[in-house]
Amino acid sequence: MRLTSKCLAAWGCGVVSTVLAAEADPQRIVIVADSRQASGWKAWLTNLYNESYLYFALATVLIIPIAGLAIGKLMDVLLVALGVDLKSRRLAEH
Amino acid sequence: MEWLYTNMPIAGVEIFWPGLIVLGLGVGVISGFFGMGGGWMVTPGLNILGFPMAFAIGTGIAQMSGPSLVSTLRHGRFGNVDYRLGVIMVLGTVCGFEAGAQTIMWLERIGRVDLYVRYAYLALLALIAWLVFTDIAKKRRKEQEALAAGRKLDALSTGIEWHKRLHRIQLPPVVHFKKAGIRCSAWLPIGVSFLTGWLAGVVGIGGGLIRMPALIYLVGCPTHVAVGTDLFEVAISGLYGAGTYSYKGRTELLAALIMAAGAAVGAQIGSIATKYVRGYGIRLLFGLAVLGCALSIIFKLIAAANPGVRTLFDTAATILILGLVVVLAGHILVQFIRGVREELAAKKSRLVETRS
Repeated sequence: MRLTSKCLAAWGCGVVSTVLAAEADPQRIVIVADSRQASGWKAWLTNLYNESYLYFALATVLIIPIAGLAIGKLMDVLLVALGVDLKSRRLAEH
Repeated sequence: MEWLYTNMPIAGVEIFWPGLIVLGLGVGVISGFFGMGGGWMVTPGLNILGFPMAFAIGTGIAQMSGPSLVSTLRHGRFGNVDYRLGVIMVLGTVCGFEAGAQTIMWLERIGRVDLYVRYAYLALLALIAWLVFTDIAKKRRKEQEALAAGRKLDALSTGIEWHKRLHRIQLPPVVHFKKAGIRCSAWLPIGVSFLTGWLAGVVGIGGGLIRMPALIYLVGCPTHVAVGTDLFEVAISGLYGAGTYSYKGRTELLAALIMAAGAAVGAQIGSIATKYVRGYGIRLLFGLAVLGCALSIIFKLIAAANPGVRTLFDTAATILILGLVVVLAGHILVQFIRGVREELAAKKSRLVETRS
């Protein structure tokens, strides 16, 4: 094949692949987490993320509030032990 | 020092994890004190620590749900949460937010999104700062006039009283919001929350920054009730945000968990600190926070308009926000420690008097 034909063929392939790439829906780009170096619960979390965003979202919505509330409760116990009144404050004012 | 860095498997970055705890602690203190989610502080903070922007936003919103729940429960015990008002406002906020998102889509179609949103945000922050400082100045003037007349000003008196005019619009159904101590048409909080939701949807923030002053100046809530009720809404929107960003795969759960640990501690400190600070003290600090945020937006605008100084002003904006977090959180922590000391000393002296 002559050089010109080869160049035209390469250019044609480039154009076609660019058009195909442009047509790809960007929302369908999936991020895959690297679980190769993760172990234990980190590996479980990463694999959950890779398998299903829905289950990952459910896990997030459950884990974070529960963790926050648990730590908040620990703070409650500590502050009550110190003697801070956690049930009332002065009369409301603006 | 390798142990100070941990791998975030989803975002694919190595993060300085003590920075996450400190950021969470600072943001937790501020959000528990002012009654907002703190997205405008968390996002640049996480970006600085090394998260790509999409993950910074998603992780920041996800971590918000934990400490805001803690703060809501704490403020609820103090009698600062009007749940009825909060539920009514959530409905308006969600509709308003969606309307705001549609507005953004329209602005995007006509090619004006970046410019309009930045300037709209700046104008909004300037209005809020003006409201707060004018209110404080008017209240001070009233106190001085009362002092000159030899009387004491009513504790429930305020500077700006726009809510009184709005309360006169008695469009049915008229509702009594017990904790907030106001009686008004249900359409007032619905309208206010729709407006604040629309503004939040347009400028791309959670809404606490707008909703808290709206609750004070338009609905007429006392400051502490505005803080607590706003946190109730932030908790709900935080849960929704956590779900939607995780579903889109843009949340680093490990980082959100580490931040939430610090933020839950900070939220308790911030919420309890409101016991020891007068309502107008909270408003003044809020006004300063808004001014700092506005200044950082100005820096960002200068950076966008002048490529030659972009790095300088982008860095200045980030330093300003993080500096603001440190200074505000530090000040609130000092108020908390001082207040706890005084409370324990008062308790001790009461005990001594009882025994003697």
